[in-house]
Amino acid sequence: MKITKEEIEHVAHLARLELDAEAIERFAGQIGAILAYVDKLKQVDTEGIAPTSHAISLTNAFREDEVHVHLEPEQSLANAPEKEDGTFLVPRIIK
Amino acid sequence: MHLFELTIQDAHAKLTAGEISSLELTRAMLERIQAVEPKVDAFISVDEEGALKQAAECDKRIAAGDTTPLTGIPVGIKDLMCTSGMRTTCGSRILDNFVPPYDATVITRLRAAGAVIIGKLNMDEFAMGSSTEHSSIKATRNPWDLDRIPGGSSGGSAAAVSADMCMGALGSDTGGSIRQPASHCSVVGMKPTYGRVSRFGLVAFASSLDQIGPLTKCVFDNAVMMNAIAGYDPADSTSVPKPVPDYTSYLSQGLEGMTVGIPEEYAALEGLDPDVSAAVENAKKVIQDRGAACVDVSLPNTEHVVAVYYVIAPCEASSNLARYDGVRYGFRDAESADLMDMYKHTRTGGFGAEVQRRIIIGTYCLSAGYYDAYYGKASQVRTLIRNDFERAFETCDVILAPVAPTPAFKIGENKEDPLKMYLSDIFTLSANLAGIPGMSVPCGFSKKGLPIGLQLLGKHFDEGSLLKVAYNFEQATDFYKQKPKL
Repeated sequence: MKITKEEIEHVAHLARLELDAEAIERFAGQIGAILAYVDKLKQVDTEGIAPTSHAISLTNAFREDEVHVHLEPEQSLANAPEKEDGTFLVPRIIK
Repeated sequence: MHLFELTIQDAHAKLTAGEISSLELTRAMLERIQAVEPKVDAFISVDEEGALKQAAECDKRIAAGDTTPLTGIPVGIKDLMCTSGMRTTCGSRILDNFVPPYDATVITRLRAAGAVIIGKLNMDEFAMGSSTEHSSIKATRNPWDLDRIPGGSSGGSAAAVSADMCMGALGSDTGGSIRQPASHCSVVGMKPTYGRVSRFGLVAFASSLDQIGPLTKCVFDNAVMMNAIAGYDPADSTSVPKPVPDYTSYLSQGLEGMTVGIPEEYAALEGLDPDVSAAVENAKKVIQDRGAACVDVSLPNTEHVVAVYYVIAPCEASSNLARYDGVRYGFRDAESADLMDMYKHTRTGGFGAEVQRRIIIGTYCLSAGYYDAYYGKASQVRTLIRNDFERAFETCDVILAPVAPTPAFKIGENKEDPLKMYLSDIFTLSANLAGIPGMSVPCGFSKKGLPIGLQLLGKHFDEGSLLKVAYNFEQATDFYKQKPKL
């Protein structure tokens, strides 16, 4: 399994990471080796086998619709890198 | 004997008999931390003031006769469980300044039981790693050999218990992160059944695999901590509404009538150290001498375990870690004027290399055109692995195996070869994939004097049988009494 530098760059963008040339080179090699190893799963016969997403499956984890105590707005905002008037501030989105 | 050397069981007896106070015990622990922490580097933060305050409260509780087996006992917490008002870093730069506004459910439960939370323990960043070298803060050292890794990712938890800096600790286990460091540091570690312990307030790595559990000096203490943390939590929809037994009640039982399974595939695996194999073989004999029968069992999909795990865990991680975007908490790159740049610079500057590597693998495997080939396929093979255990448990009660293929390696030895590090997880990953409980209990030392752990795997929700076998084994041996020289 060969993974190209372009593929690493594309996936890094999807994951919102910005890698320099050295990191792309290094990751392409390491991740290529890991994916080559993982590729052996293709040999396993899984015809008709249902996938497992959770080992202990629970269905319909309902609860009563009751009012509970929750964090106050100032507690929720306490860790915000930037905030204003009870909201989270982010850099300008629309130019 | 120094106070810091006590087990939880012995300390509890002395506390309730009025021989010692929780304040004395907590002070002894803090002094011990001062003395050996510079060598071991297990803690990310020590809450001296808070611990002494909690201890004083506990002494009042004890005087009033309101005690549990954990009241007044100083414990440490892996730094990925939220502690209200106390920094929780996850071993990552991206959460370096994060102060949770609430307690994780396990913390609420420990506080209710009267445990004294003495500090937060080091770990591989976001619990990704088997060595605690991938912490953004520092590398923890193995108390048995300071040039070696303590294991990971709960390396701080295992090292702190082993070095007597706390009487017990909580860790988390996604692919062996409690059992493997327990094995490398000669302490007892339990990964409970998936859904047995609430994950509310645990920083998520791979949500279908993560589970919190205790690391302790002996099996009895482990049962006591399990009693405190296990049980249904309405705040975690994957926690299972099933009654919790008194785990200490299993310890008085013998092994007559029990059957222990030995997986045929494990002995044949490449890279199994002869000292590890000899220690596990010896443990099998001890357990047989105590009355258990041994049978061979087969886990034919063992060869696929590492590949399945290293698809599923990074996929879940890439999704879980999308939340670290510099908006609501944690590190933000303040230089970026544009939102996209802010996301990218925050995440690239905030995550370490191993975390970035896994996010990229996970994103790749989940991306358009690859989902079925990787995540879909791995989820199907996961079913086959689960079925292997179901079949094996038709003929045995508990499975016996090594924890790690070798004793602790040297710091730096595997850091640049991720695949080699992943392959060393072969014996521990399957318990997380199958959701079954697994335990590590000290079973000997290598020729170089490095600790070796024995792994016990059980049926869903049968932690009791693991504790029973582990306790019988412990009573017949003295490995757990041996201490590192610091």
